[in-house]
Amino acid sequence: MNLIPIEYYLILSAFMFAVGVTGVLIRKNAIVVFMCIELMLNSGNLALVAFSSYMGSSAGQIFVFFVMTVAAAEAAVGLAIIIAIFRNKLTVNIDEINIFKW
Amino acid sequence: MPFEIILFVFFALIAAVSSVVMVTRPNPVMSAIFLVINFFALAGLYLLLHAQFISVVQVIVYAGAIMVLFLFVLMLLNSKSEQKLLSGQKKIKVFAIVLAAFVFIQIAYLIFFSSPSRSLSPDVAASIKAGTVEEIGRQLYTGYILPFEAAGFLLLAATIGALVLAKKKFN
Repeated sequence: MNLIPIEYYLILSAFMFAVGVTGVLIRKNAIVVFMCIELMLNSGNLALVAFSSYMGSSAGQIFVFFVMTVAAAEAAVGLAIIIAIFRNKLTVNIDEINIFKW
Repeated sequence: MPFEIILFVFFALIAAVSSVVMVTRPNPVMSAIFLVINFFALAGLYLLLHAQFISVVQVIVYAGAIMVLFLFVLMLLNSKSEQKLLSGQKKIKVFAIVLAAFVFIQIAYLIFFSSPSRSLSPDVAASIKAGTVEEIGRQLYTGYILPFEAAGFLLLAATIGALVLAKKKFN
């Protein structure tokens, strides 16, 4: 445990977050954009678990548990919204889903 | 070289590479597969951090339930792969990568500026105790009982919301 400084975990977490940001910005498929959001949530989880473990307190891990709950709920509702949009527009390309634009 | 460092480098490399590959694959199914690999690597890192409960929940909930949901929706919508991802829209891509690099540099600078390892004194026994199912379960059912109930209610609301949204007709 003392061998690996906590900075390594935090840098890995920051890197995964940056990759997730890139994915949200460049991908066109709404489902893949959702996957990139899951990636960003996971990078946050990694930082929380790292801090919780190095502090010897379980509060961070309990927070990760709640983040996972919210991520599951978000994935279920978000994918249902994507299915509803696909039924109306027959596409999941986020460039073509512009019904609110005027 | 100690075994712990080898394991950390192994899992960290898998996590970093699979996240990059996931963003760059044009086929969404390949993206999902590499995201699952990334989740497994993260579960290994959680085990290195003595977080047994979170590690198992990561595999069951994320790599199991959530990714199966994603793959089901991909199967239902048979979306074509984005062939033009790596050809067109040079400007947006450059902007996105510059923005992400900026975010990364900012976070990395803050991490090294605050140097959290100076103020944290890692105690292996305490960290092993904090990650056990027993400890997390006790905390969840005593100190965090209200957020726990709220999370259950949130999941119920999400289930009903997903059912209503994915129904055939809105009346």
